[in-house]
Amino acid sequence: MTLAGGPVIPNFGSGSSCEVTNGWFCTDWVRQHWSDTLQPALVQHIELTVIAVAAGLAIAFALALAGFRYRLLDPPIGFVSDFLYTIPSLALFQILLPVTGISVLTVEIALVSYTLLILYRNMIEGLRAVPAEIVDVARGSGFTRIQTFTRVELPLALPTILAGLRIATVSTVSIATVASFVVAKGLGAPIFTALEQDVFKTEIFAAGGMVVALALVADGLLVLLQRALTPWTRSGRPA
Amino acid sequence: MPGQAAELVFDEATKQYEGRDEAAVDHLSLTVRAGEICVLVGPSGGGKTTALRLVNRLIPLTSGDIRIDGTSILDQDVVRLRRGIGYVIQQVGLFPHMTVEANIGTVPRLYGRPRAWIRTRSAELLELVGLDSSYAKRYPAQLSGGERQRVGLARALAGNPPLMLMDEPFGAIDPIVRARLQDAFLALQKEVRKTVVFVTHDIDEAIKVGDRIAIFRRGGRLAQYDTPQAILERPADEFVAEFVGADRALKALALHTLAELDLGAPAGGPPCPRTSTVRDALALMLQMDAQKLAVTDERGVVVGSVTREQLLS
Ligand SMILES: Nc1ncnc2c1ncn2[C@@H]1O[C@H](COP(=O)(O)OP(=O)(O)OP(=O)(O)O)[C@@H](O)[C@H]1O
Ligand SMILES: [Mg+2]
Repeated sequence: MTLAGGPVIPNFGSGSSCEVTNGWFCTDWVRQHWSDTLQPALVQHIELTVIAVAAGLAIAFALALAGFRYRLLDPPIGFVSDFLYTIPSLALFQILLPVTGISVLTVEIALVSYTLLILYRNMIEGLRAVPAEIVDVARGSGFTRIQTFTRVELPLALPTILAGLRIATVSTVSIATVASFVVAKGLGAPIFTALEQDVFKTEIFAAGGMVVALALVADGLLVLLQRALTPWTRSGRPA
Repeated sequence: MPGQAAELVFDEATKQYEGRDEAAVDHLSLTVRAGEICVLVGPSGGGKTTALRLVNRLIPLTSGDIRIDGTSILDQDVVRLRRGIGYVIQQVGLFPHMTVEANIGTVPRLYGRPRAWIRTRSAELLELVGLDSSYAKRYPAQLSGGERQRVGLARALAGNPPLMLMDEPFGAIDPIVRARLQDAFLALQKEVRKTVVFVTHDIDEAIKVGDRIAIFRRGGRLAQYDTPQAILERPADEFVAEFVGADRALKALALHTLAELDLGAPAGGPPCPRTSTVRDALALMLQMDAQKLAVTDERGVVVGSVTREQLLS
Protein backbone atom coordinates (compact mmCIF):
# COMPACT_ATOMS: atom_id res chain seq x y z
CA MET A 1 0.00 0.00 0.00
CA THR A 2 1.13 3.51 -0.66
CA LEU A 3 0.42 6.56 1.34
CA ALA A 4 -0.72 9.85 -0.12
CA GLY A 5 2.19 12.03 -1.11
CA GLY A 6 4.54 9.14 -1.87
CA PRO A 7 5.48 8.12 -5.41
CA VAL A 8 2.32 6.87 -7.02
CA ILE A 9 1.91 3.79 -9.12
CA PRO A 10 -0.61 4.90 -11.74
CA ASN A 11 -2.98 2.03 -11.19
CA PHE A 12 -6.10 4.11 -10.67
CA GLY A 13 -7.56 4.30 -14.12
CA SER A 14 -6.57 6.24 -17.12
CA GLY A 15 -8.70 9.32 -16.54
CA SER A 16 -7.88 12.67 -15.04
CA SER A 17 -4.72 13.55 -13.25
CA CYS A 18 -6.69 13.41 -9.98
CA GLU A 19 -7.25 9.72 -10.52
CA VAL A 20 -3.70 9.09 -11.56
CA THR A 21 -2.32 10.69 -8.41
CA ASN A 22 -5.01 9.12 -6.20
CA GLY A 23 -6.29 12.54 -5.01
CA TRP A 24 -8.65 12.77 -2.03
CA PHE A 25 -11.84 12.95 -4.05
CA CYS A 26 -12.12 12.90 -7.84
CA THR A 27 -15.55 14.07 -8.92
CA ASP A 28 -14.86 13.03 -12.50
CA TRP A 29 -14.43 9.43 -11.46
CA VAL A 30 -17.65 9.51 -9.47
CA ARG A 31 -19.52 10.92 -12.44
CA GLN A 32 -18.09 8.32 -14.77
CA HIS A 33 -18.70 5.34 -12.52
CA TRP A 34 -22.02 6.35 -10.99
CA SER A 35 -24.11 4.23 -13.27
CA ASP A 36 -21.83 1.22 -13.62
CA THR A 37 -20.58 0.96 -10.03
CA LEU A 38 -22.05 3.25 -7.40
CA GLN A 39 -25.73 3.27 -8.29
CA PRO A 40 -26.06 -0.53 -8.60
CA ALA A 41 -24.20 -0.90 -5.33
CA LEU A 42 -26.59 1.53 -3.67
CA VAL A 43 -29.64 -0.33 -4.96
CA GLN A 44 -28.20 -3.64 -3.75
CA HIS A 45 -27.42 -2.10 -0.40
CA ILE A 46 -30.99 -0.92 -0.03
CA GLU A 47 -32.23 -4.38 -1.00
CA LEU A 48 -29.97 -6.09 1.52
CA THR A 49 -31.16 -3.72 4.24
CA VAL A 50 -34.86 -3.83 3.47
CA ILE A 51 -34.96 -7.62 3.27
CA ALA A 52 -32.98 -7.97 6.50
CA VAL A 53 -35.09 -5.46 8.44
CA ALA A 54 -38.39 -6.81 7.11
CA ALA A 55 -37.44 -10.40 7.94
CA GLY A 56 -36.08 -9.30 11.32
CA LEU A 57 -39.31 -7.44 12.03
CA ALA A 58 -41.45 -10.45 11.17
CA ILE A 59 -39.37 -12.89 13.20
CA ALA A 60 -39.01 -10.53 16.17
CA PHE A 61 -42.77 -9.92 16.14
CA ALA A 62 -43.53 -13.63 16.24
CA LEU A 63 -41.03 -14.06 19.06
CA ALA A 64 -42.40 -11.05 20.92
CA LEU A 65 -45.94 -12.40 20.67
CA ALA A 66 -44.70 -15.61 22.26
CA GLY A 67 -42.55 -13.88 24.88
CA PHE A 68 -45.32 -11.44 25.81
CA ARG A 69 -48.09 -14.01 26.04
CA TYR A 70 -45.98 -16.64 27.80
CA ARG A 71 -43.60 -14.90 30.17
CA LEU A 72 -41.62 -18.08 30.68
CA LEU A 73 -40.44 -17.90 27.06
CA ASP A 74 -39.01 -14.41 27.40
CA PRO A 75 -35.70 -15.25 29.14
CA PRO A 76 -34.64 -17.98 26.63
CA ILE A 77 -35.64 -15.86 23.60
CA GLY A 78 -33.84 -12.88 25.07
CA PHE A 79 -30.76 -14.99 25.74
CA VAL A 80 -30.57 -16.35 22.19
CA SER A 81 -30.96 -12.93 20.59
CA ASP A 82 -28.37 -11.48 23.00
CA PHE A 83 -26.04 -14.30 22.02
CA LEU A 84 -26.52 -13.78 18.27
CA TYR A 85 -25.88 -10.08 18.75
CA THR A 86 -22.53 -10.64 20.42
CA ILE A 87 -21.00 -12.85 17.68
CA PRO A 88 -18.74 -10.67 15.50
CA SER A 89 -20.15 -10.48 11.99
CA LEU A 90 -17.06 -11.91 10.33
CA ALA A 91 -17.11 -14.89 12.68
CA LEU A 92 -20.78 -15.43 11.95
CA PHE A 93 -20.05 -15.49 8.21
CA GLN A 94 -17.40 -18.15 8.82
CA ILE A 95 -19.86 -20.23 10.77
CA LEU A 96 -22.55 -19.90 8.09
CA LEU A 97 -20.39 -20.39 5.00
CA PRO A 98 -20.19 -24.19 5.20
CA VAL A 99 -23.99 -24.31 5.60
CA THR A 100 -25.40 -21.69 3.28
CA GLY A 101 -22.36 -21.12 1.06
CA ILE A 102 -21.23 -17.97 -0.69
CA SER A 103 -24.67 -16.50 -1.11
CA VAL A 104 -26.92 -13.59 -0.30
CA LEU A 105 -28.69 -15.94 2.12
CA THR A 106 -25.57 -16.12 4.27
CA VAL A 107 -25.44 -12.35 4.41
CA GLU A 108 -29.13 -11.98 5.18
CA ILE A 109 -29.05 -14.56 7.97
CA ALA A 110 -26.24 -12.64 9.60
CA LEU A 111 -27.93 -9.26 9.13
CA VAL A 112 -31.28 -10.51 10.43
CA SER A 113 -29.70 -12.02 13.50
CA TYR A 114 -28.28 -8.59 14.40
CA THR A 115 -31.67 -6.88 14.15
CA LEU A 116 -33.44 -9.43 16.34
CA LEU A 117 -32.12 -8.30 19.69
CA ILE A 118 -33.08 -4.65 19.42
CA LEU A 119 -36.41 -5.32 17.70
CA TYR A 120 -37.44 -8.06 20.10
CA ARG A 121 -36.40 -6.14 23.21
CA ASN A 122 -38.24 -3.01 22.16
CA MET A 123 -41.40 -4.90 21.25
CA ILE A 124 -41.47 -6.66 24.62
CA GLU A 125 -40.64 -3.46 26.52
CA GLY A 126 -43.27 -1.51 24.61
CA LEU A 127 -45.98 -4.08 25.20
CA ARG A 128 -45.15 -4.44 28.88
CA ALA A 129 -45.15 -0.68 29.41
CA VAL A 130 -48.85 -0.40 28.51
CA PRO A 131 -50.47 0.72 31.78
CA ALA A 132 -52.36 -2.07 33.54
CA GLU A 133 -55.44 0.09 34.12
CA ILE A 134 -55.80 0.72 30.41
CA VAL A 135 -55.77 -2.98 29.65
CA ASP A 136 -58.17 -3.39 32.57
CA VAL A 137 -60.64 -0.93 31.10
CA ALA A 138 -60.35 -2.53 27.66
CA ARG A 139 -61.12 -5.98 29.07
CA GLY A 140 -63.83 -4.54 31.30
CA SER A 141 -65.47 -2.80 28.34
CA GLY A 142 -65.78 -6.07 26.46
CA PHE A 143 -62.72 -6.22 24.20
CA THR A 144 -61.73 -9.79 23.40
CA ARG A 145 -58.15 -10.78 24.08
CA ILE A 146 -57.23 -10.28 20.43
CA GLN A 147 -59.02 -6.92 20.26
CA THR A 148 -57.21 -5.80 23.39
CA PHE A 149 -53.92 -6.70 21.74
CA THR A 150 -54.53 -5.22 18.29
CA ARG A 151 -56.46 -2.11 19.33
CA VAL A 152 -54.85 -1.17 22.61
CA GLU A 153 -51.60 -2.90 23.49
CA LEU A 154 -49.97 -2.91 20.05
CA PRO A 155 -50.76 0.74 19.16
CA LEU A 156 -49.55 1.90 22.56
CA ALA A 157 -46.31 -0.07 22.14
CA LEU A 158 -45.78 1.43 18.69
CA PRO A 159 -43.57 4.39 19.71
CA THR A 160 -41.13 2.03 21.44
CA ILE A 161 -41.28 -0.51 18.59
CA LEU A 162 -40.58 2.20 16.01
CA ALA A 163 -37.69 3.53 18.07
CA GLY A 164 -36.22 0.03 17.91
CA LEU A 165 -36.89 -0.15 14.20
CA ARG A 166 -34.90 3.05 13.67
CA ILE A 167 -31.86 1.72 15.50
CA ALA A 168 -32.11 -1.67 13.76
CA THR A 169 -32.36 -0.05 10.33
CA VAL A 170 -29.47 2.35 10.80
CA SER A 171 -27.20 -0.37 12.17
CA THR A 172 -28.19 -2.76 9.37
CA VAL A 173 -27.27 -0.14 6.78
CA SER A 174 -23.87 0.06 8.40
CA ILE A 175 -23.31 -3.67 8.98
CA ALA A 176 -24.45 -4.53 5.43
CA THR A 177 -21.20 -3.01 4.22
CA VAL A 178 -19.41 -6.08 5.55
CA ALA A 179 -21.58 -8.28 3.29
CA SER A 180 -18.97 -7.87 0.56
CA PHE A 181 -16.72 -10.25 2.45
CA VAL A 182 -19.14 -12.92 1.28
CA VAL A 183 -20.72 -11.67 -1.93
CA ALA A 184 -19.85 -8.65 -4.07
CA LYS A 185 -23.06 -6.81 -3.28
CA GLY A 186 -23.91 -3.51 -1.69
CA LEU A 187 -21.81 -0.45 -1.01
CA GLY A 188 -19.22 -2.59 0.68
CA ALA A 189 -18.24 -4.01 -2.71
CA PRO A 190 -16.72 -0.81 -4.18
CA ILE A 191 -14.99 -0.13 -0.86
CA PHE A 192 -13.54 -3.61 -0.96
CA THR A 193 -12.35 -3.16 -4.54
CA ALA A 194 -10.77 0.18 -3.71
CA LEU A 195 -8.92 -1.33 -0.76
CA GLU A 196 -7.55 -4.04 -2.99
CA GLN A 197 -6.48 -1.44 -5.56
CA ASP A 198 -3.98 0.17 -3.22
CA VAL A 199 -6.61 2.18 -1.39
CA PHE A 200 -8.24 4.20 -4.11
CA LYS A 201 -9.51 7.08 -1.98
CA THR A 202 -12.25 8.47 -4.21
CA GLU A 203 -14.10 5.19 -4.38
CA ILE A 204 -13.82 4.61 -0.64
CA PHE A 205 -15.09 8.10 0.21
CA ALA A 206 -17.89 7.98 -2.37
CA ALA A 207 -19.23 4.60 -1.27
CA GLY A 208 -18.61 5.30 2.39
CA GLY A 209 -20.37 8.64 2.13
CA MET A 210 -23.32 6.95 0.48
CA VAL A 211 -23.60 4.50 3.40
CA VAL A 212 -23.79 7.40 5.82
CA ALA A 213 -26.27 9.29 3.63
CA LEU A 214 -28.43 6.18 3.24
CA ALA A 215 -28.50 5.68 7.01
CA LEU A 216 -29.55 9.30 7.57
CA VAL A 217 -32.27 9.18 4.90
CA ALA A 218 -33.64 5.88 6.21
CA ASP A 219 -33.73 7.28 9.73
CA GLY A 220 -35.47 10.43 8.49
CA LEU A 221 -38.13 8.41 6.68
CA LEU A 222 -38.76 6.33 9.78
CA VAL A 223 -39.19 9.49 11.85
CA LEU A 224 -41.86 10.61 9.38
CA LEU A 225 -43.52 7.20 9.62
CA GLN A 226 -43.44 7.44 13.40
CA ARG A 227 -45.16 10.83 13.30
CA ALA A 228 -47.83 9.58 10.95
CA LEU A 229 -48.55 6.45 12.97
CA THR A 230 -48.46 7.92 16.48
CA PRO A 231 -50.10 11.35 16.35
CA TRP A 232 -51.04 11.20 20.03
CA THR A 233 -47.42 11.36 21.15
CA ARG A 234 -47.19 14.94 19.94
CA SER A 235 -50.29 16.22 21.69
CA GLY A 236 -48.99 18.53 24.36
CA ARG A 237 -48.46 17.35 27.88
CA PRO A 238 -47.78 13.70 28.60
CA ALA A 239 -50.70 11.65 29.88
CA MET B 1 -77.62 -2.52 22.31
CA PRO B 2 -78.95 -2.98 25.84
CA GLY B 3 -81.41 -0.53 27.25
CA GLN B 4 -82.89 0.60 30.55
CA ALA B 5 -81.84 -0.13 34.10
CA ALA B 6 -81.34 -3.64 35.43
CA GLU B 7 -81.70 -5.15 38.89
CA LEU B 8 -78.46 -6.45 40.34
CA VAL B 9 -78.41 -9.22 42.93
CA PHE B 10 -75.42 -10.47 44.89
CA ASP B 11 -76.32 -13.91 46.21
CA GLU B 12 -73.84 -15.21 48.77
CA ALA B 13 -71.12 -13.92 46.44
CA THR B 14 -67.70 -14.93 47.75
CA LYS B 15 -64.15 -14.30 46.59
CA GLN B 16 -61.25 -16.05 48.17
CA TYR B 17 -57.93 -15.08 46.59
CA GLU B 18 -55.49 -17.93 46.40
CA GLY B 19 -52.97 -18.01 49.21
CA ARG B 20 -54.94 -15.67 51.52
CA ASP B 21 -56.51 -16.74 54.79
CA GLU B 22 -59.39 -14.33 54.78
CA ALA B 23 -61.94 -13.99 52.01
CA ALA B 24 -61.83 -10.66 50.17
CA VAL B 25 -65.62 -10.74 49.74
CA ASP B 26 -67.46 -12.99 52.15
CA HIS B 27 -70.95 -14.32 51.39
CA LEU B 28 -72.17 -10.97 50.18
CA SER B 29 -75.90 -10.80 49.62
CA LEU B 30 -77.57 -7.59 48.57
CA THR B 31 -79.98 -6.35 45.95
CA VAL B 32 -79.52 -3.14 44.02
CA ARG B 33 -82.88 -2.08 42.64
CA ALA B 34 -83.18 -1.04 39.05
CA GLY B 35 -82.34 2.63 38.61
CA GLU B 36 -80.78 3.07 42.03
CA ILE B 37 -77.28 4.13 43.00
CA CYS B 38 -75.76 1.74 45.48
CA VAL B 39 -72.59 3.04 47.11
CA LEU B 40 -70.05 0.63 48.56
CA VAL B 41 -67.98 2.18 51.36
CA GLY B 42 -65.63 0.74 53.89
CA PRO B 43 -62.04 0.62 55.08
CA SER B 44 -59.19 0.20 52.61
CA GLY B 45 -58.79 -3.44 51.68
CA GLY B 46 -62.39 -4.08 52.67
CA GLY B 47 -63.21 -5.79 49.40
CA LYS B 48 -65.10 -3.01 47.57
CA THR B 49 -63.11 -3.16 44.35
CA THR B 50 -63.20 -6.93 44.43
CA ALA B 51 -66.99 -6.93 44.82
CA LEU B 52 -67.30 -4.55 41.87
CA ARG B 53 -65.03 -6.54 39.58
CA LEU B 54 -66.83 -9.75 40.41
CA VAL B 55 -69.83 -8.30 38.58
CA ASN B 56 -68.13 -7.90 35.20
CA ARG B 57 -66.10 -11.05 35.81
CA LEU B 58 -62.74 -9.31 35.72
CA ILE B 59 -62.39 -11.37 38.91
CA PRO B 60 -63.95 -14.85 38.92
CA LEU B 61 -66.34 -15.77 41.75
CA THR B 62 -65.16 -18.42 44.18
CA SER B 63 -68.69 -19.33 45.18
CA GLY B 64 -72.18 -17.89 45.23
CA ASP B 65 -73.81 -16.07 42.35
CA ILE B 66 -74.48 -12.65 40.90
CA ARG B 67 -77.56 -12.03 38.78
CA ILE B 68 -78.45 -9.18 36.47
CA ASP B 69 -82.18 -9.00 35.81
CA GLY B 70 -82.45 -12.57 37.01
CA THR B 71 -79.75 -14.01 34.75
CA SER B 72 -76.59 -15.31 36.36
CA ILE B 73 -73.44 -13.61 35.09
CA LEU B 74 -71.98 -17.10 34.80
CA ASP B 75 -74.58 -18.04 32.19
CA GLN B 76 -73.60 -15.23 29.82
CA ASP B 77 -70.79 -14.89 27.35
CA VAL B 78 -68.20 -12.86 29.23
CA VAL B 79 -67.47 -10.41 26.40
CA ARG B 80 -71.18 -9.84 25.81
CA LEU B 81 -71.74 -9.38 29.55
CA ARG B 82 -69.03 -6.71 29.77
CA ARG B 83 -70.27 -4.75 26.77
CA GLY B 84 -73.56 -4.40 28.60
CA ILE B 85 -71.94 -2.96 31.75
CA GLY B 86 -70.45 0.54 31.92
CA TYR B 87 -67.10 0.57 33.71
CA VAL B 88 -65.38 3.62 35.20
CA ILE B 89 -62.23 3.52 37.33
CA GLN B 90 -60.33 6.03 39.41
CA GLN B 91 -57.35 6.14 37.04
CA VAL B 92 -59.93 6.73 34.27
CA GLY B 93 -57.97 4.59 31.82
CA LEU B 94 -58.81 6.62 28.72
CA PHE B 95 -57.02 5.15 25.71
CA PRO B 96 -54.16 7.64 25.16
CA HIS B 97 -53.87 6.85 21.45
CA MET B 98 -57.50 7.63 20.71
CA THR B 99 -59.23 10.98 20.48
CA VAL B 100 -61.98 11.82 22.94
CA GLU B 101 -64.53 10.93 20.28
CA ALA B 102 -62.93 7.56 19.60
CA ASN B 103 -62.69 6.86 23.33
CA ILE B 104 -66.37 7.53 23.79
CA GLY B 105 -67.14 5.39 20.75
CA THR B 106 -65.30 2.37 22.17
CA VAL B 107 -68.27 0.17 22.98
CA PRO B 108 -70.48 1.24 20.03
CA ARG B 109 -67.54 0.32 17.78
CA LEU B 110 -67.40 -3.11 19.38
CA TYR B 111 -71.09 -3.42 18.53
CA GLY B 112 -70.19 -2.56 14.92
CA ARG B 113 -72.01 0.77 14.82
CA PRO B 114 -71.29 2.90 11.74
CA ARG B 115 -68.87 5.80 11.98
CA ALA B 116 -71.45 8.54 11.50
CA TRP B 117 -73.67 7.07 14.19
CA ILE B 118 -70.74 6.99 16.60
CA ARG B 119 -69.86 10.60 15.85
CA THR B 120 -73.39 11.76 16.62
CA ARG B 121 -73.54 9.65 19.76
CA SER B 122 -70.19 11.02 20.98
CA ALA B 123 -71.36 14.59 20.48
CA GLU B 124 -74.54 13.83 22.42
CA LEU B 125 -72.64 12.27 25.29
CA LEU B 126 -70.08 15.07 25.43
CA GLU B 127 -72.91 17.48 25.92
CA LEU B 128 -74.53 15.23 28.49
CA VAL B 129 -71.38 15.24 30.64
CA GLY B 130 -70.96 18.98 30.20
CA LEU B 131 -68.14 19.28 27.68
CA ASP B 132 -68.51 21.17 24.42
CA SER B 133 -68.03 19.58 21.03
CA SER B 134 -64.58 21.11 20.51
CA TYR B 135 -63.25 18.39 22.80
CA ALA B 136 -64.09 15.62 20.33
CA LYS B 137 -60.79 15.71 18.45
CA ARG B 138 -58.50 16.12 21.44
CA TYR B 139 -56.32 13.41 22.90
CA PRO B 140 -56.58 12.49 26.61
CA ALA B 141 -53.17 14.07 27.28
CA GLN B 142 -54.74 17.41 26.38
CA LEU B 143 -57.42 17.24 29.08
CA SER B 144 -57.48 18.14 32.77
CA GLY B 145 -58.12 15.43 35.35
CA GLY B 146 -61.74 16.47 35.78
CA GLU B 147 -62.33 16.56 32.03
CA ARG B 148 -60.85 13.10 31.64
CA GLN B 149 -63.16 11.80 34.30
CA ARG B 150 -66.14 13.26 32.42
CA VAL B 151 -64.99 11.60 29.22
CA GLY B 152 -64.57 8.33 31.13
CA LEU B 153 -68.16 8.65 32.28
CA ALA B 154 -69.35 9.42 28.74
CA ARG B 155 -67.49 6.39 27.44
CA ALA B 156 -69.12 4.14 30.03
CA LEU B 157 -72.56 5.46 29.04
CA ALA B 158 -72.02 5.15 25.28
CA GLY B 159 -73.26 1.58 24.97
CA ASN B 160 -76.41 2.57 26.89
CA PRO B 161 -75.70 -0.11 29.50
CA PRO B 162 -78.41 -0.98 32.03
CA LEU B 163 -75.74 -1.23 34.72
CA MET B 164 -72.73 0.94 35.59
CA LEU B 165 -69.79 0.01 37.79
CA MET B 166 -67.80 2.95 39.12
CA ASP B 167 -64.68 2.43 41.23
CA GLU B 168 -63.78 5.66 43.06
CA PRO B 169 -64.53 7.65 39.91
CA PHE B 170 -63.89 11.01 41.58
CA GLY B 171 -61.22 9.82 44.01
CA ALA B 172 -58.20 11.48 42.42
CA ILE B 173 -59.78 14.89 41.96
CA ASP B 174 -59.59 17.99 44.13
CA PRO B 175 -62.60 18.67 46.40
CA ILE B 176 -64.09 21.56 44.42
CA VAL B 177 -64.01 19.80 41.08
CA ARG B 178 -65.16 16.62 42.77
CA ALA B 179 -68.24 18.36 44.16
CA ARG B 180 -69.01 19.67 40.69
CA LEU B 181 -68.58 16.24 39.14
CA GLN B 182 -70.83 14.71 41.79
CA ASP B 183 -73.52 17.26 40.97
CA ALA B 184 -73.10 16.64 37.25
CA PHE B 185 -73.29 12.91 37.83
CA LEU B 186 -76.45 13.17 39.91
CA ALA B 187 -78.09 15.43 37.33
CA LEU B 188 -77.10 12.95 34.65
CA GLN B 189 -78.48 10.03 36.63
CA LYS B 190 -81.84 11.83 36.91
CA GLU B 191 -81.93 11.70 33.13
CA VAL B 192 -80.51 8.28 32.33
CA ARG B 193 -81.66 6.31 35.41
CA LYS B 194 -79.07 3.56 35.32
CA THR B 195 -78.46 1.02 38.00
CA VAL B 196 -75.14 2.11 39.47
CA VAL B 197 -72.70 0.48 41.84
CA PHE B 198 -70.38 3.21 43.07
CA VAL B 199 -67.31 2.58 45.21
CA THR B 200 -65.85 5.29 47.41
CA HIS B 201 -64.01 5.50 50.70
CA ASP B 202 -65.43 8.93 51.41
CA ILE B 203 -68.51 8.64 53.61
CA ASP B 204 -69.63 12.17 52.69
CA GLU B 205 -69.58 11.27 49.02
CA ALA B 206 -71.52 8.11 49.81
CA ILE B 207 -74.19 10.11 51.64
CA LYS B 208 -74.45 12.62 48.85
CA VAL B 209 -74.52 10.23 45.92
CA GLY B 210 -76.12 7.05 47.23
CA ASP B 211 -79.76 6.01 47.18
CA ARG B 212 -78.53 3.20 49.37
CA ILE B 213 -75.20 2.64 51.08
CA ALA B 214 -73.52 -0.70 51.70
CA ILE B 215 -70.93 -0.44 54.46
CA PHE B 216 -68.23 -3.12 54.30
CA ARG B 217 -66.01 -4.25 57.13
CA ARG B 218 -62.62 -5.82 56.62
CA GLY B 219 -62.85 -9.24 55.06
CA GLY B 220 -65.59 -8.17 52.70
CA ARG B 221 -68.46 -8.63 55.11
CA LEU B 222 -71.50 -6.41 54.86
CA ALA B 223 -71.99 -4.34 58.04
CA GLN B 224 -75.12 -2.47 57.01
CA TYR B 225 -77.09 -1.86 53.83
CA ASP B 226 -79.63 0.92 54.00
CA THR B 227 -80.55 4.43 52.92
CA PRO B 228 -78.16 7.23 53.97
CA GLN B 229 -80.82 8.54 56.35
CA ALA B 230 -81.30 5.21 58.09
CA ILE B 231 -77.55 4.62 58.37
CA LEU B 232 -76.99 8.05 59.93
CA GLU B 233 -79.95 7.78 62.28
CA ARG B 234 -79.71 4.13 63.19
CA PRO B 235 -76.23 2.71 62.66
CA ALA B 236 -76.41 -1.07 63.02
CA ASP B 237 -73.45 -1.35 65.39
CA GLU B 238 -70.35 0.28 66.85
CA PHE B 239 -68.34 -0.26 63.66
CA VAL B 240 -70.87 1.55 61.49
CA ALA B 241 -71.34 4.35 64.03
CA GLU B 242 -67.62 4.90 64.16
CA PHE B 243 -67.26 4.67 60.41
CA VAL B 244 -69.90 7.30 59.67
CA GLY B 245 -68.33 9.52 62.30
CA ALA B 246 -69.30 11.25 65.54
CA ASP B 247 -70.78 14.09 63.53
CA ARG B 248 -73.41 11.89 61.96
CA ALA B 249 -76.22 14.08 63.31
CA LEU B 250 -74.64 16.96 61.45
CA LYS B 251 -74.19 14.82 58.34
CA ALA B 252 -77.85 13.94 58.43
CA LEU B 253 -78.58 17.64 58.02
CA ALA B 254 -76.91 17.41 54.61
CA LEU B 255 -79.65 15.05 53.43
CA HIS B 256 -82.28 17.79 53.27
CA THR B 257 -82.46 21.07 51.42
CA LEU B 258 -84.18 24.25 52.54
CA ALA B 259 -86.80 23.69 49.85
CA GLU B 260 -88.10 20.72 51.86
CA LEU B 261 -88.79 22.84 54.97
CA ASP B 262 -91.85 24.92 55.86
CA LEU B 263 -90.39 28.35 55.27
CA GLY B 264 -91.46 31.42 57.22
CA ALA B 265 -92.62 34.64 55.58
CA PRO B 266 -89.95 36.45 53.55
CA ALA B 267 -87.68 38.40 55.89
CA GLY B 268 -84.27 40.03 56.12
CA GLY B 269 -80.95 38.30 56.81
CA PRO B 270 -78.10 36.81 54.80
CA PRO B 271 -79.44 35.33 51.53
CA CYS B 272 -79.26 31.59 51.00
CA PRO B 273 -80.55 29.65 47.95
CA ARG B 274 -83.29 27.17 48.74
CA THR B 275 -81.30 24.42 47.01
CA SER B 276 -78.72 24.59 49.83
CA THR B 277 -78.61 21.73 52.27
CA VAL B 278 -79.73 22.36 55.83
CA ARG B 279 -76.14 21.74 56.89
CA ASP B 280 -74.75 24.43 54.59
CA ALA B 281 -77.46 26.86 55.69
CA LEU B 282 -76.55 26.28 59.31
CA ALA B 283 -72.87 26.82 58.53
CA LEU B 284 -73.72 30.09 56.82
CA MET B 285 -75.82 31.18 59.78
CA LEU B 286 -73.00 30.49 62.24
CA GLN B 287 -70.47 32.19 60.03
CA MET B 288 -72.61 35.32 59.62
CA ASP B 289 -73.70 35.14 63.26
CA ALA B 290 -77.32 35.44 62.11
CA GLN B 291 -80.52 34.11 63.67
CA LYS B 292 -82.41 34.15 60.40
CA LEU B 293 -81.69 33.53 56.72
CA ALA B 294 -83.48 34.98 53.68
CA VAL B 295 -84.23 32.01 51.43
CA THR B 296 -83.97 32.79 47.72
CA ASP B 297 -85.10 30.99 44.58
CA GLU B 298 -83.07 30.24 41.44
CA ARG B 299 -83.25 33.88 40.31
CA GLY B 300 -82.21 35.25 43.68
CA VAL B 301 -85.70 36.44 44.65
CA VAL B 302 -86.41 36.10 48.38
CA VAL B 303 -89.19 33.54 48.80
CA GLY B 304 -89.14 32.93 52.54
CA SER B 305 -87.07 32.78 55.70
CA VAL B 306 -85.75 30.21 58.09
CA THR B 307 -84.60 30.39 61.71
CA ARG B 308 -81.89 28.60 63.65
CA GLU B 309 -84.41 26.68 65.75
CA GLN B 310 -86.11 25.44 62.60
CA LEU B 311 -82.85 24.16 61.16
CA LEU B 312 -81.92 22.32 64.34
CA SER B 313 -85.25 20.62 64.85
N1 LIG C 1 -55.23 -10.01 42.91
C1 LIG C 1 -55.23 -10.17 44.24
N2 LIG C 1 -54.60 -11.24 44.80
C2 LIG C 1 -54.62 -11.42 46.13
N3 LIG C 1 -55.24 -10.61 47.00
C3 LIG C 1 -55.87 -9.53 46.52
C4 LIG C 1 -55.90 -9.25 45.12
N4 LIG C 1 -56.60 -8.11 44.92
C5 LIG C 1 -56.98 -7.70 46.13
N5 LIG C 1 -56.55 -8.54 47.11
C6 LIG C 1 -56.81 -8.43 48.55
O1 LIG C 1 -58.20 -8.48 48.76
C7 LIG C 1 -58.60 -7.57 49.77
C8 LIG C 1 -59.66 -6.63 49.23
O2 LIG C 1 -59.08 -5.81 48.24
P1 LIG C 1 -59.94 -4.71 47.46
O3 LIG C 1 -59.05 -4.17 46.41
O4 LIG C 1 -61.20 -5.33 47.02
O5 LIG C 1 -60.20 -3.65 48.58
P2 LIG C 1 -60.89 -2.20 48.50
O6 LIG C 1 -62.00 -2.22 49.46
O7 LIG C 1 -61.19 -1.87 47.10
O8 LIG C 1 -59.73 -1.27 49.06
P3 LIG C 1 -59.36 0.25 48.66
O9 LIG C 1 -60.34 1.12 49.38
O10 LIG C 1 -57.98 0.42 49.24
O11 LIG C 1 -59.39 0.35 47.19
C9 LIG C 1 -57.34 -6.87 50.22
O12 LIG C 1 -56.89 -7.50 51.40
C10 LIG C 1 -56.37 -7.10 49.10
O13 LIG C 1 -55.05 -7.17 49.58
MG1 LIG D 1 -60.48 -0.34 45.72
